[in-house]
Amino acid sequence: MSGGFISRGFRGRRRRAEGDVRIPPGQYLVEGFPVLSAGPTPRTPLAEWSFTIEGEVDGPRTWSWEEFRASPSEEVTRDIHCVTKWSKLGTTWEGVSVDLLLDGVDTAAEYVVAFCDGGYTSNLPLEDVTGGKAWVAHTYEGEPLSPEHGGPARLLVPHLYFWKSAKWIRGLRLMAEDEPGFWESLGYHNQGDPWREQRYWGD
Amino acid sequence: MADAPRKLAWRIGEVVETSPETPRTKSLFLEIPGWDGHRAGQHVDVRLTAEDGYQAQRSYSIASAPENGRVELLIERLDDGEVSPYLTEELRAGDGLELRGPIGGWFAWDAREGGPLLLVAGGSGIAPLMAIIRHRQAAGNEVPVRLLFSSRSYEEVIFREELESLAAGDETLEISHTLTRSAPPGWQGYDRRIDEEMLGEVAFSPDERPLAFVCGPTPLVEAVATTLVGLGHEPARVKTERFGPTGG
Repeated sequence: MSGGFISRGFRGRRRRAEGDVRIPPGQYLVEGFPVLSAGPTPRTPLAEWSFTIEGEVDGPRTWSWEEFRASPSEEVTRDIHCVTKWSKLGTTWEGVSVDLLLDGVDTAAEYVVAFCDGGYTSNLPLEDVTGGKAWVAHTYEGEPLSPEHGGPARLLVPHLYFWKSAKWIRGLRLMAEDEPGFWESLGYHNQGDPWREQRYWGD
Repeated sequence: MADAPRKLAWRIGEVVETSPETPRTKSLFLEIPGWDGHRAGQHVDVRLTAEDGYQAQRSYSIASAPENGRVELLIERLDDGEVSPYLTEELRAGDGLELRGPIGGWFAWDAREGGPLLLVAGGSGIAPLMAIIRHRQAAGNEVPVRLLFSSRSYEEVIFREELESLAAGDETLEISHTLTRSAPPGWQGYDRRIDEEMLGEVAFSPDERPLAFVCGPTPLVEAVATTLVGLGHEPARVKTERFGPTGG
């Protein structure tokens, strides 16, 4: 840790108010919604969009955009935390619960990989996307999710750093073994729990 | 994973020099005991600790080449910021600065990876691209590079003199500037926001399969990356990094 190091002359402009107990260690509050992505924003026409559950399943399940949007959605309000240090409180989303998408799927898998347009992937333990913890979100603050924020649909796993909430998601691959995704292969933590400040390998 | 990865340790670097670059930016030169080096394009996390234990963290790109023993961080002062005013106004030579890194394996380039390289920067987004340019120079690499650099005004062109000097001695390094708010009399460069026409004139053709690195404020990065794909460049060869008050 810091070993008692003090930054000479630093006082810190923003003090932690009582409400700030919602901000994990090393994070700061933002009011805007920063955009972070590794490459160009993909723009897949909705007519060509589909969502697939595949991998360690009896047979893949696929939804067209119309079928996906006809699935029951939930509205959730959550705090989100990006590994680049910003946190945003009380964001409201609508999306289809991953529990619903996996309903009736018979699998021995313990992990999933979210795969996306543009080739992005992120890996998660199955238990982190089930039990009311994750959604495939299509609406943000009452509006269709914009492309730069991951639209038409992104994974929403708000209890983990936000890179796990994969933008431009096209499906979940159920896996018997864990397999690092894009950022997880490039030095970022495999689990990514903001409350344990799991930013990078070895944290 | 087979081996438990080593934790990226916090280290205390010593500020050996500070140097104003433009009215809003300053370079910090650090000597960091135990530093294992970096790849051009990577960044560090900086952590400030107040006497009462309060801490704040931010990320800053490394502007120096890996070949340079001192690590240079380019800091843009954000008027409503908490960390950048400290780094640009309070911190001075002899002070310690706690940091860890290097971080980021995607927006990075090694001379062995080849090119050609298309670099597009907005404002302080030049920092990681400067590391790439300096690394290429230090490694004696001759991969063709084109830099398109958007600044608000002539006075705010970061690393202007060094860029001019590097380009003057290197036919394979071509630099184009655009000034978006004000241009001096007789200005020969562009004087508008980066658009499709400008990228069409400056960028390598898609047939040459350049590797593109785009760094700056989100609107610039979104526009440039989208336009490059529209011009026929492969999305997988367009790497982006965002800078700015809300981007980290």
